[in-house]
Amino acid sequence: MRIRRVAAIGAVTLSLVLTSAACGGGSSGSEGSNEQPKTLTYWASNQGANLEVDKKVLQPELDKFEKETGIKVKLEVVPWSDLLNRILTATTSGQGPDVLNIGNTWSASLQATGALLPWDAKNFEAIGGKDRFVTSALGSTGAQGQDPAAVPLYSMAYALYYNKKMFADAGIEKPPATWDEMVEVGKKLSKDGKWALGAEGSNLANIIHQVFVLGQQHGADFFTPDGKADFTSDGAVAAVKQYVDFMAKDKIIAPGNAEYAQNQSLSDFAKDKTAMVLWQTASATFKSQGMKDDEWGVAPAPVQSGTPGQGTNTNSMVAGINLAVFKNTKNIDGAKKFVNFMTSDEEQKILNGAYGSIPPVKSAQDDPAFNSPALAVLRDTLATSATALPQVPDESQFETLVGTAVKELFADAAAGRAVTTESVRAKLDKAQQQMPNS
Amino acid sequence: MTTTAVKERTAPKQAPGAAPRKRRSGRLRRVSLPYLLLLPALLLELLVHLVPMVIGIVVSFKELTQFYIRDWGTAPWAGLDNYRISVDFDAPVGEALLKSFFTTCLFTVLSVGLCWLLGAAAAIYLQESFRGRGLLRAIFLVPYALPVYAAVITWAFMFQRDNGLVNHVIHDQLGLTDSPPFWLIGDNSFFTLLVVSVWKGWPFAFLIIMAGLQNIPREMYEAAALDGAGVWQQIRRITMPSLRPVNQVLVLVLFLWTFNDFNTPFVLFGRAAPEAADLISLHIYQSSFQTWNFGTGSAMSVLLLLFLLLVTGVYLVLTSRGRKADA
Repeated sequence: MRIRRVAAIGAVTLSLVLTSAACGGGSSGSEGSNEQPKTLTYWASNQGANLEVDKKVLQPELDKFEKETGIKVKLEVVPWSDLLNRILTATTSGQGPDVLNIGNTWSASLQATGALLPWDAKNFEAIGGKDRFVTSALGSTGAQGQDPAAVPLYSMAYALYYNKKMFADAGIEKPPATWDEMVEVGKKLSKDGKWALGAEGSNLANIIHQVFVLGQQHGADFFTPDGKADFTSDGAVAAVKQYVDFMAKDKIIAPGNAEYAQNQSLSDFAKDKTAMVLWQTASATFKSQGMKDDEWGVAPAPVQSGTPGQGTNTNSMVAGINLAVFKNTKNIDGAKKFVNFMTSDEEQKILNGAYGSIPPVKSAQDDPAFNSPALAVLRDTLATSATALPQVPDESQFETLVGTAVKELFADAAAGRAVTTESVRAKLDKAQQQMPNS
Repeated sequence: MTTTAVKERTAPKQAPGAAPRKRRSGRLRRVSLPYLLLLPALLLELLVHLVPMVIGIVVSFKELTQFYIRDWGTAPWAGLDNYRISVDFDAPVGEALLKSFFTTCLFTVLSVGLCWLLGAAAAIYLQESFRGRGLLRAIFLVPYALPVYAAVITWAFMFQRDNGLVNHVIHDQLGLTDSPPFWLIGDNSFFTLLVVSVWKGWPFAFLIIMAGLQNIPREMYEAAALDGAGVWQQIRRITMPSLRPVNQVLVLVLFLWTFNDFNTPFVLFGRAAPEAADLISLHIYQSSFQTWNFGTGSAMSVLLLLFLLLVTGVYLVLTSRGRKADA
């Protein structure tokens, strides 16, 4: 009796213990079907100040599309923190949307899963041809030599936003053009509880964007030409150290920024607590934080020396959102129609205008609406001095692992611990060894 | 079931030939009925737990990366590689797993201990009837009733360095620290995790111990009091021994929940928990879903499962021995 009771408790406990992670099998469709020609599901990434803003921007356009084609689009706006996992889950289960937004830096990683419709010449024809798109934006749509896994939808680039009032108070005339100047004016600005530069020290994606550009400036690509992780090169170590040193050594970033991951640095900027932020298309956020357009200025992001350009004078990554179609869609023709609609000149103007981004479609980019001083800086950066993140299948893991390493270094800096070349290299080495295909 | 048994026993003897068959079918029914009753639960259990577990075990022997997740069956076999990587404690992956394992052990011991202490203290304190007891009981159960996500995100706001309530109190108002400490990054994050975990877990201990206390006859206390036993002696000699069976299950359940806790660190720290608070569930999640290395993640899961089964097995044997000794 007693043994039986123990066995019973054991059985119950066993069921409590079972915590194995498992994944279901997916279906492997070829090029979609047209079983459900009247509906589409669309996952949009969160571009506005919050999810509601996105719904307000997108719904009228989707209604327009329904009027034109008779196809009803079910919209779901997915927050950034969930997007990649949602896409992975959809890929694995075969249960996903028909059309979706992806961060353009993930293009090659998601291309490797084979879940996305490749944009070959025939598919591009359905949306007006490949040459409608800006070259730099096309450079972030998948691995070299393969058909793109997605098409550009919104383009963005990094720029230096500066708080005019704080600059005037500190007697600084113009925004810094090099990092040396940044540290120099930064020291003037960082006093009495105010700081020169904002950072999102716990936001992995943002960290990667900054570190990648600094890496380019130090001649580091983070990947070898054949796609293997290369995080510990001298250039990569120097880049990461330079970024963390803005807090640790130069003390122009507030230690509290080490914890930031929800764009708190933009709030600090709007509240006159931080004089500068490196950001992609921040104007809408500043407005929502109660800043007037003439209270801030925008300049090209700094370089090590000289002026922004290609190679080591890169000053931004090619930022943006791509539009992709799931291969196993049950409405392949409708999905292509929808992509065609979203990348049409008119919609490009409306959507990019609403989000403060730059249209990756040439003919829409020429619209005077995108000629404001703020957007002109972003547009020139994108055209002349932006580089796409590595277009390799392991790019998304690079974002996570190197992002985490830099986050930990920021935590060290914030706690007053020394950040040395050795400690930076050790963290990056750990990240590299955790890469699945290293 | 009992009625048929009674009927059979009291039924008058029938003509030979018919009776045995009837008895046999009755016995068959008697033997098979419990299994029939268990069948639906068993099938669901299979579906919900065992099937994914078997898949997880299979995946742990595969090299499952983003190239194969669309159809994981096609992923190449990796043999024992995933296990080798997981337990190679000199390399970063194994080292990080081991560190995370020890962090989780320490965290679990502290969290379960504190949950039990608080729960027991509160339950014993509220045994006596007094004005407002019902209200206190209700208040104590609030953390248990709140949705985890909402509760933990609130804690995350409170623990923010620059505008969180915690620093506002200890730094701005009480001046206990020179500079406002970080709670969500760096070494303090372990403490933050512990506070939130105990806050979330102790009401359950309180509830279970309170239920256990209901079963202790009042006369025992009265008799002990007559014999001159003080409050502490009563707790030591009557309350605790009587609570032993309840405690055994409670500690086991708390241990398993805490050891496997994913929600709390995930909501508090986001996708990349600080090393000091890198609990094993989150660590495995990161190994699987952040680096898209599902094979290695599954191998880690299987190792964790084996460890928990071992601990649970040993625990059950020990506690049943304790019961035997009592008997």
